[in-house]
Amino acid sequence: MYRYSEFDHEFLAERNAQFRAQVERRIDGSLTEDEFKPLRLMNGLYLQLHAYMLRVAIPYGTLNSAQMRQLALLAEKWDKGYGHFTTRQNIQYNWPKLSDVPDMLDALAEVGMHAIQTSGNTIRNVTADHFAGAAADEVADPRPYAELLRQWSTDHPEFQFMPRKFKIAITGAENDRAVIKAHDIGLQLVERDGVLGARVIVGGGLGRTPMIGKELSEFVAFDDLLAYLEATVSVWNQIGRRDNKYKARIKITVHENGIDTIRAKVNERFLQVRPQFKGADMNLLEEIKGHFAPPTFREGSVASFESTYTNDPVFRSWVDTNIAPHKNADHAIVTISIKKHGATPGDATAEQMRVMADLAEEFAYDELRISHEQNVILPHVHKSDLPAIHAKLKEHELATANIGLISDIIACPGMDYCALATARSIPVAQEIATRFEDMKLEHDIGHLKIKISGCINACGHHHVGHIGILGLDRAGVENYQITLGGDATETATIGDRTGPGFAYDEIVPAVERIVDTYLDQREGAEETFLQTYRRVGMAPFKAALYPEARANAA
Amino acid sequence: MARAFTPKIVTANDLLDGDVIYLTEDDRWSRDLSEAELITDEAHAQVRLLDAARQASKIVGAYLADAIAGENGPEPTHFREDFRRTGPSNYAHGKQETSPQPRA
Repeated sequence: MYRYSEFDHEFLAERNAQFRAQVERRIDGSLTEDEFKPLRLMNGLYLQLHAYMLRVAIPYGTLNSAQMRQLALLAEKWDKGYGHFTTRQNIQYNWPKLSDVPDMLDALAEVGMHAIQTSGNTIRNVTADHFAGAAADEVADPRPYAELLRQWSTDHPEFQFMPRKFKIAITGAENDRAVIKAHDIGLQLVERDGVLGARVIVGGGLGRTPMIGKELSEFVAFDDLLAYLEATVSVWNQIGRRDNKYKARIKITVHENGIDTIRAKVNERFLQVRPQFKGADMNLLEEIKGHFAPPTFREGSVASFESTYTNDPVFRSWVDTNIAPHKNADHAIVTISIKKHGATPGDATAEQMRVMADLAEEFAYDELRISHEQNVILPHVHKSDLPAIHAKLKEHELATANIGLISDIIACPGMDYCALATARSIPVAQEIATRFEDMKLEHDIGHLKIKISGCINACGHHHVGHIGILGLDRAGVENYQITLGGDATETATIGDRTGPGFAYDEIVPAVERIVDTYLDQREGAEETFLQTYRRVGMAPFKAALYPEARANAA
Repeated sequence: MARAFTPKIVTANDLLDGDVIYLTEDDRWSRDLSEAELITDEAHAQVRLLDAARQASKIVGAYLADAIAGENGPEPTHFREDFRRTGPSNYAHGKQETSPQPRA
């Protein structure tokens, strides 16, 4: 867990004081909205459909219990008692008043948090594998490097007015849980001849023009990585398109110039930039690593876990679904579902946040993570504590056993909150979850990821959902396009569109037909939706979705 | 050929709490769409939008939105404006928890 230095505290205090004065000048009329807007956006404050929205960064998704409690305090004191965890490991408050925001930012600073660069054409919150430091399959914990990137990118003078926003994701494992191939830069830690470094992926992204990232370098040693990244962002900052917002992201620059040209330019720039990095960054990285030293995992019998697992079917179901293997065999990674059937994906009440903070403090070495899938993780839990954790979660509607299942849906805020949205996403997610819960089908269906976006900007990652849903405005009516076969992991794939979209009241039945088709087509319960889709292709799903087209063709 | 002018209302967000507001005929800002001035003349619409834009210390982002005359004042023609006048569908928050109050 990174601990702020004196410098960090002072920097944040000064920045918050500046913003407080800017808010005062806006309210007293000295600043126009045109003047104020870029200033508020630099501090994570948006104006949405019904109210302001404050987006707070949770760097690489890591929190301690004090920070989680402070997020609960903000929700209770200045919002409507809840917060929304997002696909970028941020938390959003949907109802702050402009005059309260400076106090909210000061409260965040008390626990080393902020909203800087959660908006604007800057390097945004660096996201990471939510199992970092705990996963059995990782080469190294990516978070020290993510923290180094946060410090490097925060207020970086060259990177404050870029062609567009820039998103970096990092993972320490081959199994990609951080969607690195759909980021402007994706980093995968790898070790070569005993040297730690990263494979660098560039030019991935979703939105209007979805692209899977391409390999810029198969290995850059840590010593050179920051210089290499600075060179990469710098090249794009120079040649990235500023004439057209929709062509400004680095994915278009890579696509238009070709990866080989970009690589050559980056290498050239790297040689210029490299001498400026004289090792201070590596000294800092060493220091940061100390902050992320793994806890001393406690030892003890796991017999109580095993007996509860055998005797309590509800507990067993939760363990089978929500628990992932930990690098320490007596420990487990707990994913707390923030997707109770029928609830808004990613919304947690202040009370729930406090419960999770308490559990982290008592049982999980004081650590929590937020996943891009809008759930909360206790990364290190001794297995003997799982029954107590499960019991506590049950009391607070946090024990839903649905991780990776059809109701574990990613959904953006959509037109219920977002000023950019073209259709709603939350009610679609709620109805799908409730529908399949009613039929008690979701455990039988198995691993299936539905991702819903309420506009083409794809905050809900619909392109990489096994079933992706995109809400559009078609002639003044909400209309939902479906894609199938998307994949957000190391085998990243953009989904294929099924055909014409569906009206609001037709979208849930359409999803049902897709799932029925899968259940009908699969070669046994072991074959997942994605495997079946890859084997049988689009045709049977299309036939189920558009029977009239088949009838007409016959 | 220029598109025929369709009736409009002037809408914006309140500077302090961001709530959706509407310009009334007697130059107030109301939180209730039914109180909005329904503008049927294009030139008048532009004048009213300028009137709104001058109130920068009270409001944010004024624009003209399509509306039609209903039994109890203007009604939205597009679902976006329908959501704006109502509030989110997942919780009874925003306009759904407090009855709309006219503002000075």
